[in-house]
Amino acid sequence: MAEVMQDTQEVKEKEPLFGKAERKLLIDPINDNNPITVQVLGVCSALAVTTLVYPSIIMAIAVIFVTAFSNLFTSMLRNTIPKSVRMIVQLVIIATLVTIVEQVLKAVNFPVYKQLSVFIGLIITNCIVMGRLEAFAMANKPWRSFVDGIGNGLGYGLILVIVAVFREIFGKGSLLAGSPMEMKIIGASDLYWINTATNPWFGWYMNNNLMVLSVAAMFILGILIWVQRSRNPKLIDIS
Amino acid sequence: MSGLIKFLKKVEPDKKKSPFLHTLYDAVFTLFYVPDHVTRNGVHIRDGMDLKRTMVMVVLALQVCYLFGTWNIGQQHFAALGLYPGALEGLHLKLIHGLIKVLPIFIVTHVVGLGIEIWYASKKGHGVEEGFLVSGALIPLIMPPDIPLWMLALAVGFATWIGKEAFGGTGRNIWNIALLARVFVFFAYPTEISGDQVWVSGIESAAAGAAVDYGWWHLTVFNGLFDALGWATFNPAATVIDGFTGATPLALAYAGGWSAVTEVYSVDQMWWGAIPGSIGETAKPLIILGALFLILARIGSWRIMLSMFIGAALMGLIFNAWGATPFMQVPWYYQFYMGSFFFAMAFMATDPVTASGTNTGKWIYGMMIGALGLLIRVSNPAYPEGWMLAILFMNMFAPLIDHYVLEANMKKRLSRA
Repeated sequence: MAEVMQDTQEVKEKEPLFGKAERKLLIDPINDNNPITVQVLGVCSALAVTTLVYPSIIMAIAVIFVTAFSNLFTSMLRNTIPKSVRMIVQLVIIATLVTIVEQVLKAVNFPVYKQLSVFIGLIITNCIVMGRLEAFAMANKPWRSFVDGIGNGLGYGLILVIVAVFREIFGKGSLLAGSPMEMKIIGASDLYWINTATNPWFGWYMNNNLMVLSVAAMFILGILIWVQRSRNPKLIDIS
Repeated sequence: MSGLIKFLKKVEPDKKKSPFLHTLYDAVFTLFYVPDHVTRNGVHIRDGMDLKRTMVMVVLALQVCYLFGTWNIGQQHFAALGLYPGALEGLHLKLIHGLIKVLPIFIVTHVVGLGIEIWYASKKGHGVEEGFLVSGALIPLIMPPDIPLWMLALAVGFATWIGKEAFGGTGRNIWNIALLARVFVFFAYPTEISGDQVWVSGIESAAAGAAVDYGWWHLTVFNGLFDALGWATFNPAATVIDGFTGATPLALAYAGGWSAVTEVYSVDQMWWGAIPGSIGETAKPLIILGALFLILARIGSWRIMLSMFIGAALMGLIFNAWGATPFMQVPWYYQFYMGSFFFAMAFMATDPVTASGTNTGKWIYGMMIGALGLLIRVSNPAYPEGWMLAILFMNMFAPLIDHYVLEANMKKRLSRA
């Protein structure tokens, strides 16, 4: 134990603010150790909020904010939190941050707040947040914990947005609906780029209702995991 | 014959260079000749009742349904136009119209399904399995005749890829492949597979006065042929007659009970199957014939079929006693005349891969499908038919049922010891 302590002490002195270790903490959760597709955490919210891209992006930002700052604060307090009540203290931190996010979103973008409704509040119970606190922030220094929080939030958000892009394009024929950059791609009126009512090539097209149901997120997540596990050499399961 | 084998040997693609072509070649080759594969290690028991024979028996049992379905598409089409009411009047027109609808569905199903199947077989390095023979024969029979082909292709692709290959191929799927294809269309494009508009083909809508929807095959190819032969031809100016609704007996029963059904369809007509519906599921006697054939060939389980019948009958009796809606008051025995109960019983529930394996389990499994299916049929406002959903639901529980049956048996035998 003493040796380990010494090692970290030594490393600390010559360590840059954003070195290799930090980069690894930031990049790893995006692919090799993705919270959704590899650790399979936070799936419920990934199923629930991904019908549209824009709310998913907002949700991703909210989760990045919460994971990053809860990691930071927990890491700062890690030596003073008694082991027996650590969960409660962590929850207080998370709940405070989530409440801040909720109030800010309510003030800034009320329509999206209404769309996300209960799922913003449910970030408190998102396994990713708690998982990172327990697995990382309780044992690491504040700056690294902060980077780790951002990384995991990004990994979560990336999957959320990928799933939402598929679901929105095939389910509703639009992209980023509700946002200022709304794109209407395919549908049966003049508002869409491809108007299926008049276009000679796409008259057959219909929106896929399955994509609007949360079942579709399950399929897409499954396919993403399948693709990732067969492509990423670190995850190929030889059994 | 020796010329054929010489030719086949000559065109054999290289296995290493083009595995896809080689698998395709292998599939065709084994149709004509017994392959020279030999077992390499271990002890093997060979049985004449192999996978291929099992599958082919089911496909054989389905042939009468195909034949009837082809005729019935034409019959329903002309019933909507008020032409050729007799079963044999305008027979050539009915059969040709049916073929124009069935053949593309059949071809698309097989090209997509077998394509995925062969691609995976070549990737995994084994011969293509026979599993898709049955799924591919079943899928066209449970689709509405006017289903858009791209939708069908998507559904078949989904069922084969996600439902089967993702789980490891033939014999490892949890859900019935054919029903997965149908349930995909049901959830993704509900307007194409439910309601009153979709069960009669070749008309633009089921409203009175709507025009027929004939294509190049009808008007150019076959009208030309029939003209030359001096037979009756397709009439492009025909319109849908007054009073035609396109509603299936189930839709009518949901709205107004048994009396509403018998106003439009006679009991005999429903029994023999000249009613709108999916392509192959309407003719009850022919399906029972297929079911008997399956039982005699020891492929379909009579336990599942019988228990499913009992389950549905019991549920029907319960509904009769309850009688809260017109549909519940339909006498329980008439429930079997409507909808696709027999097709689901004979060909869907008995799928040996997805059904329960133990004998006790089969009774429970069938009984639950019967009861649940009727429950969904009677109480689901969006879609008055339930066998597809009931079977898929029970498919999921089949391993659990087997598990508890085995546990109970072990406990019984342990207590006896």
